[in-house]
Amino acid sequence: MKIVVPIKQVPETSNVKMNPETGTMVREGVESIINPLDLYAIETAIRLKEKFGGQVIVISMGPDKALEAIKEAIAMGCDDGILLSDRKFAGSDTWATSYVIANGIKQIGDFDLVICGERATDGDTAQVGPGIASFLDLPLSTFTSEILSLNDGKIKVRRLVEGGYEEIELELPAALTVVKEISDPRLPTLRGKLKAKKMEIPVWGPQNINADEENLGLKGSPTRVVKIFTPKVTREGEKIIVKDEKTLNEAVDKIMDYLIKKEFI
Amino acid sequence: MGEVWTLAEFRHGELSSVSYELLNRGKNLSQKLDTALASVILGYDIKKEDIDELIARGADKVYVVDDKNLENFLVESYANVLIALLDEYKPDIFIAAATTTGRTLMPYVAVRKKTGLTADCTVLDIEEGTGNLLQTRPAIGGNILATIKTPNTRPQMATVRPHSMKPAMPDKNRNGEVIYKKYDESLFKTRSKYLRFIKDESQQVTVQDAKVIVAGGKGVGKEENFAIIDELAELLGGAVGASRDVVDRGWKTYPHQIGLSGKTVSPALYIAAGISGAVQHIAGMQTSENIIAINKDSDAQIFHLANLGIVGDLNEVLPLLIERIKEYKAKEASANV
Ligand SMILES: Cc1cc2nc3c(=O)[nH]c(=O)nc-3n(C[C@H](O)[C@H](O)[C@H](O)COP(=O)(O)OP(=O)(O)OC[C@H]3O[C@@H](n4cnc5c(N)ncnc54)[C@H](O)[C@@H]3O)c2cc1C
Ligand SMILES: Nc1ncnc2c1ncn2[C@@H]1O[C@H](COP(=O)(O)O)[C@@H](O)[C@H]1O
Repeated sequence: MKIVVPIKQVPETSNVKMNPETGTMVREGVESIINPLDLYAIETAIRLKEKFGGQVIVISMGPDKALEAIKEAIAMGCDDGILLSDRKFAGSDTWATSYVIANGIKQIGDFDLVICGERATDGDTAQVGPGIASFLDLPLSTFTSEILSLNDGKIKVRRLVEGGYEEIELELPAALTVVKEISDPRLPTLRGKLKAKKMEIPVWGPQNINADEENLGLKGSPTRVVKIFTPKVTREGEKIIVKDEKTLNEAVDKIMDYLIKKEFI
Repeated sequence: MGEVWTLAEFRHGELSSVSYELLNRGKNLSQKLDTALASVILGYDIKKEDIDELIARGADKVYVVDDKNLENFLVESYANVLIALLDEYKPDIFIAAATTTGRTLMPYVAVRKKTGLTADCTVLDIEEGTGNLLQTRPAIGGNILATIKTPNTRPQMATVRPHSMKPAMPDKNRNGEVIYKKYDESLFKTRSKYLRFIKDESQQVTVQDAKVIVAGGKGVGKEENFAIIDELAELLGGAVGASRDVVDRGWKTYPHQIGLSGKTVSPALYIAAGISGAVQHIAGMQTSENIIAINKDSDAQIFHLANLGIVGDLNEVLPLLIERIKEYKAKEASANV
């Protein structure tokens, strides 16, 4: 089994800043972590490797700093890592990002599975996983919540959909995006950390992945950010404090009035 | 000017109401562009009533592909059919709901069409002068809103957050054109196989589809206490939501989790009980139309979002509320006899 896991490094806090001119994120001064939802993809891949043997390769597109994310994944138990990094990749939308990662994966070659997180907590699009699958022309299961079986070149999975679960079977090679329900990510081990520290992670640019320059970065991105603004979240809400029987009744009266006025009952 | 297309969602033999929400959005756009509004419906054994319903709800045209191979959603075959349709009719705009289907199919198609796709939009508009689609979406856990356009490629594609707009109302007198398309067997070839659907009984109403969500947090105290959350949700015809702490403790399953690592929802009413309102939770529910919060701690973050905040013990407030709603409903029922 050769499993490729695309992971993204994202800012730690939810309070990241945006550059209103370029519409891109200001990454300086914020701590970076592996996209929390990618930990489930990493864990899923490692468990499959433990069961069926093989190799797990993490791949990330981003600045040099993303090497930290790759090393952390290796400390958790992944075998190898590749960083896709070049100035020309900057400013990519989900189309161009999927293109670069898919080309990187083609270069790795002869893989059985690509496992992505459901979505990244910064861009929050959930489009890159299906995008990679489309570029690689792979059968795809999104929102995967359980792997039921893997044999005879086929994988049977359960996916979380509106109102329940769907079971589907895909021929390998295939792509999955996974939800949190699929596994409990392990922590990096000390031994893993030592191994990761010593490891040289290759950094690939456009020429290493046979990328067409027309498809990279802002130039390769069909979408454009027009503007970025901050929504007003606070509401002019009314607050009632329950202190005793009387105020309790008043509070419930208020809720009832609200529900009736807005026709919820 | 190409048409404005919406994807009608047809699952398990039924048309889902998000299809009408999309038509409502689409109508705004097609009117501004002075072009036709069309729905695309893919599936098997599609009933005439469903097609008529799409027309009544605003579609000027309905493109129908009815084939045994499309009985259940598999991204490969659905994408092939859509691409064939897009190539032939070249619409200007193509929108789908940000459901599990829309969020799988649209990126798979957009890559092949080499065109832009904007995820989970809450506002769509037309740019003056250029006629470009302006797509506004929350990003970074709802901390910012971004407006995005696709200036140079067509169609301009977007997924739209369910419930971010009301469904279009039916008008039985409307007329529309129905275009039935047949495709060659080769287009349906997939390397995936649909096996079965397993209904989750605890998700009678799913959080993504619900008009009302009653959500409980760690403040509910223990699993048994969730019965009052369940009961209130049922009384209001809504779904049960939960914070991550609740899911991690196993009081509720993951499909109920709202927030950054759970579901993003925007119901008409969100009742948060015993939830502190951590940014990661708020990220998933702050676009709700009305928010009522109940929390013991008057400084809880959730109160900054609430239209109505009750500082109090949920174990006192909710049982009394449930009692009062039941009384009210009984009175209404007898008044209507
Ligand atoms: C990467 C990441 C992703 C995350 N994703 C999510 C996510 O998707 N969803 C999510 O919810 N969280 C998420 N979290 C966790 C989030 O940070 C909070 O820990 C979580 O939302 C807190 O849940 P809570 O409000 O139920 O619990 P608490 O923060 O413990 O709050 C409980 C509240 O209940 C009140 N209370 C207690 N007893 C009563 C009573 N009897 N009556 C009334 N009120 C009472 C208390 O005053 C308190 O405000 C994430 C965190 C991280 C780091
Ligand atoms: N820059 C990136 N490098 C590697 N993987 C990525 C990158 N961006 C997105 N992904 C993968 O695609 C998934 C969805 O991301 P997104 O579409 O940005 O929400 C993530 O969970 C990752 O698995």
